[in-house]
Amino acid sequence: MSDITLTIDGRTVHAAPGTTILEAARSVGIKIPTLCWHEDLGAPSACRVCVVEIAGSRILQPACSYPVSQGITVRTNSPAAREARRMAVELLLAHHPDDCLSCARNLRCELQQLASDLGIREIRFERIERGLPKDESSPSIVRDPEKCINCRRCVEACEKVQGVAALSTVNRGFDSVVMPAYESGLMDVVCVMCGQCTLACPTGAITERDDTARVWAALSDSSKHVVVQTAPAIRASLGEELNLPAGSVVTGKMVAALRRLGFDRVFDTDFTADLTIMEEGHELLQRLTSGGTLPLLTSCSPGWIKFIEHFYPELLPHVSTCKSPQQMFGALAKTYYAEKAGVNPADMFVVSIMPCTAKKFEAQRPEMAASGCPDVDVALTTRELGRMLREAGIDFDNLPEEDFDAPLGISTGAGAIFGATGGVMEAALRTVYEVVTGRELPLESLEFHDVRGLEGVKETSVALNGNCVNVAVAHGLANARKVLDRMQAGRAPWQFVEIMCCPGGCVGGGGQPIGTVMSTRAERAGALYEVDRGMELRSSHRNPGVATLYEEFLDRPLSKRSHELLHTHYTPRR
Amino acid sequence: MEFYRSHVLVCGGSPCVAAGCRAVRDEIERSVREQGLDREVRIIETGCLGPCDTGPIVVVYPEGTVYSHVTTGAAREIVSEHLVKGRPVKRLQYAGELPAVSTADEKRTDYFQIQKRIVLDNVGIIDPESIEEYIARDGYLAAGTALTGLRPEDVIDTIKRSGLRGRGGAAFPTGVKLSYTARAEADQKYIICNADEGEPGTFKDRLILEGDPHKVIEGMVIMGYAVGATRGYIYIRGEYYVSIDRIERAINQARWLGLLGTNLFGSGFDFDIEVKKGAGAYVCGEETALIESMEGKRGEPRQKPPYPGTSGLWGKPTVVNNVETIANIPPIILHGADWYRSFGTSTSPGTKVFTLTGNVNNKGLIEVPMGITLREVIYGVGGGIPGGRSFKLAQTGGTAGGCVAEAHLDIPMDYENMQSAGSALGSGALLIIDDSHCIVDVACSLLHFFEHESCGQCTPCREGTARLVQIFGKLREFRASQAELDLAMELARVMQGSSLCALGQSVIVPLGTIMEHFQGEIQAHLHGCCSAGKCPPSGAASASAS
Repeated sequence: MSDITLTIDGRTVHAAPGTTILEAARSVGIKIPTLCWHEDLGAPSACRVCVVEIAGSRILQPACSYPVSQGITVRTNSPAAREARRMAVELLLAHHPDDCLSCARNLRCELQQLASDLGIREIRFERIERGLPKDESSPSIVRDPEKCINCRRCVEACEKVQGVAALSTVNRGFDSVVMPAYESGLMDVVCVMCGQCTLACPTGAITERDDTARVWAALSDSSKHVVVQTAPAIRASLGEELNLPAGSVVTGKMVAALRRLGFDRVFDTDFTADLTIMEEGHELLQRLTSGGTLPLLTSCSPGWIKFIEHFYPELLPHVSTCKSPQQMFGALAKTYYAEKAGVNPADMFVVSIMPCTAKKFEAQRPEMAASGCPDVDVALTTRELGRMLREAGIDFDNLPEEDFDAPLGISTGAGAIFGATGGVMEAALRTVYEVVTGRELPLESLEFHDVRGLEGVKETSVALNGNCVNVAVAHGLANARKVLDRMQAGRAPWQFVEIMCCPGGCVGGGGQPIGTVMSTRAERAGALYEVDRGMELRSSHRNPGVATLYEEFLDRPLSKRSHELLHTHYTPRR
Repeated sequence: MEFYRSHVLVCGGSPCVAAGCRAVRDEIERSVREQGLDREVRIIETGCLGPCDTGPIVVVYPEGTVYSHVTTGAAREIVSEHLVKGRPVKRLQYAGELPAVSTADEKRTDYFQIQKRIVLDNVGIIDPESIEEYIARDGYLAAGTALTGLRPEDVIDTIKRSGLRGRGGAAFPTGVKLSYTARAEADQKYIICNADEGEPGTFKDRLILEGDPHKVIEGMVIMGYAVGATRGYIYIRGEYYVSIDRIERAINQARWLGLLGTNLFGSGFDFDIEVKKGAGAYVCGEETALIESMEGKRGEPRQKPPYPGTSGLWGKPTVVNNVETIANIPPIILHGADWYRSFGTSTSPGTKVFTLTGNVNNKGLIEVPMGITLREVIYGVGGGIPGGRSFKLAQTGGTAGGCVAEAHLDIPMDYENMQSAGSALGSGALLIIDDSHCIVDVACSLLHFFEHESCGQCTPCREGTARLVQIFGKLREFRASQAELDLAMELARVMQGSSLCALGQSVIVPLGTIMEHFQGEIQAHLHGCCSAGKCPPSGAASASAS
């Protein structure tokens, strides 16, 4: 319904009531510069970069939030609008460090881009520094308040999307800056390390902790046997770090590139994703048949785990004891694989490439050391791997497609879809159905579309031998809260619930390429479902590598050795 | 009922409390008791009597003798001489006269004659802690009339016709504002009384609440009835202890008599009021920041639209009005729109309460008809400039108001004329500054205020106020260049055009008028000269200036 007509820069525009001037302008290809506005996080109307002139209005209005009304005449580049926009950016630049060339966000900074687009050539105000120290307390995230421009997108992401509210604006006026409560370090507050703030931040004020130096050091240390695992979601997002469009699947080139960097073995976290289904699926069946605590909550997502430890510790008995696929991989690499390869676990260096900043925190949890050494030595984000590949000058486009190494590189389509919200649930249903019924799922029933997609909380029921199993899937911690609140209120009809910390699941993780928005999440998820469809094996229990692992090493799901290596416990943090 | 031969009124306005009136009151009570007069003399703590810099003020009736600067020693003397022997203590008497005090004496000074009391008609006369005294002066008669005899639309129509405009600073027609919320459909609507008075030099709302709290309650009841709101909130500065105490006491009294609660006056209309305390941020006087604060959030203005009238507190239609605006409503309903329009000017009817401060002989709270000139206020009511100095400028309307110079002293003070002079009536602050002050120093002082009170939400205000402080600070040290001064004014204009709320938008008002009226003095600072001798360059700064 577009029943409002207005004029923008001389063009007649039709728009529905409630549309903002920004949306109306974009609909006809008129670009209005923005800074604090974010397509998923709303319009705080704070930066005043998008101000436009509306005929008859005493003052300029922010296009991002000002609603269209009948007959108004808007000028996006009037002298007053340009002057105000340039002044706003100049003021921000004068209160921001001048170290773009050595900033983590160099060339990926919205403030830098804006200054370039507006052609700011001179800053007429004296540069002033805040004099606030970097917060490097967290193993996942580094905050540099000097670079904060008070757009508050991180606050919105943390509070509204994740329901955590570890960040908020403190002080007022010129001293305003985004901080954890009482200016504590992120490690000392309820931060779950998800890194959604790092995606929201337009500048270098909040970034992932850069661990590439440790990986470079290991790669050049001949005494180390360096293995790498890549999370399911990386194959659908790494391309964007190398200028490919969102949704490009780069599995083979990624494997080749990792070999070029010098990793001794290139493995796939999809393998332990399949293994997770075996362990967690059997845990579910055991709880279903023996009257265990239900619903069972998934445990793959470390941001989600830290969240429930902080906010709902009383519900921890619901959480699966399975380690995440990253940690299962690390534990097996330094035991099962080390044995096979004849490598001392102490000489093995496990690197994981994750879409996630919380994986860095998870890797250093003290209980994650099944072999006696840390399961995982370094967890790198997609962004850090992109940086390493660019530094190494790897010609990604022209790399051949290569295969993962065996045995920890063997996987199924079920492992691949772990990277999308609903993927763990779908993979589990494929296996649990066949284990319980003893019947093979017909190809046309293999895909559980009710648990796919970006709706916040998805619910469905599956008939298993005449019994109805109710399941739910939530992604983004604000949605997780809805599920947990229903559980606490005694209104939870489910037996099994998948929860992923980040919106869209791991495809939307906080370690993914800068510029991740809901639409890119959807494209990456679509790419993972394509990967699944292209696989010969699409159910975790059909993974031959996993079968061999049980045969040679673990015996059976939930065996004593499985418990020692693949299961864990949690820490109430309230 | 008991009868007393004498009543002693002790001013209990906050300035007098600060000056020690509580000890004076206690001393009078003790002396009266010692003299055995406690059944003959009644001692009452009242609201503000006006001349706030001469407190503690004590008035003895029936003579209407006003004593100023009363100490505990003086209190004992007043009791032993005046109350026991019937001999007023001339030496302690106040030189001027008080509008709130009726005397048999026909001699009237300008201070008395120029003032017209509508909002303050009870202040300083009744005991603000007694609902009976308020009712005895026709209190709650307007609410009763409205709720039992008028339709809500009639109430709004009367307020519209009265021409009453918002007294908090924005001057929006009150009746029109009420009609927006009356039209809005919602399961709940709210009336908020904005008592977060934050303009430096403004303390009228505080003294209205302290001196006549029931008038504000009654005004809110009438507004609630007019728009269909059943809940009212008074958002008040947390440090206004006396106001909070008085208004809470008054709310309880009104509830006790069924003047708040359910089925008021048997009309079926319910209304109740709750007090919310603010934490003292200037910006929380902005209505949407006030609402954010009430919702428990950081006090920051909202981008408008939507306006509170349709989406305010908790997203519900909400009327936010200033204390003084609300206090005008009972008299308007009681006496009618035409009566109200007989005061003031045709476009700005009624009176305005001002707080007169700075370099003027009579400082304090005054209420005058709209349209009176600044000259009448300063030299008539205010008694002129002390110490043989001459007038330099007046800042009207608070920090966000303009600075007017000598040439504007004869402009009638109403909304339109003040605006055409580049200023505003604003909140009612009148800061008089004499020729001993340097204009750059004045500018620095008010820019510092804006910097301190900027909430930090929008870029132009957050960054801009600090930059203006920086540049004018350099000007005061004779280190600024013409280019920097030009940049400052460009910045102030951009802030006017693109800041989110009136705080950042208003900085240009005082700054622009200062630049217009005192250009020569500003320019002199670019060349190392301060004619007032207030701006010595700091040694280090001057060395690095070249």
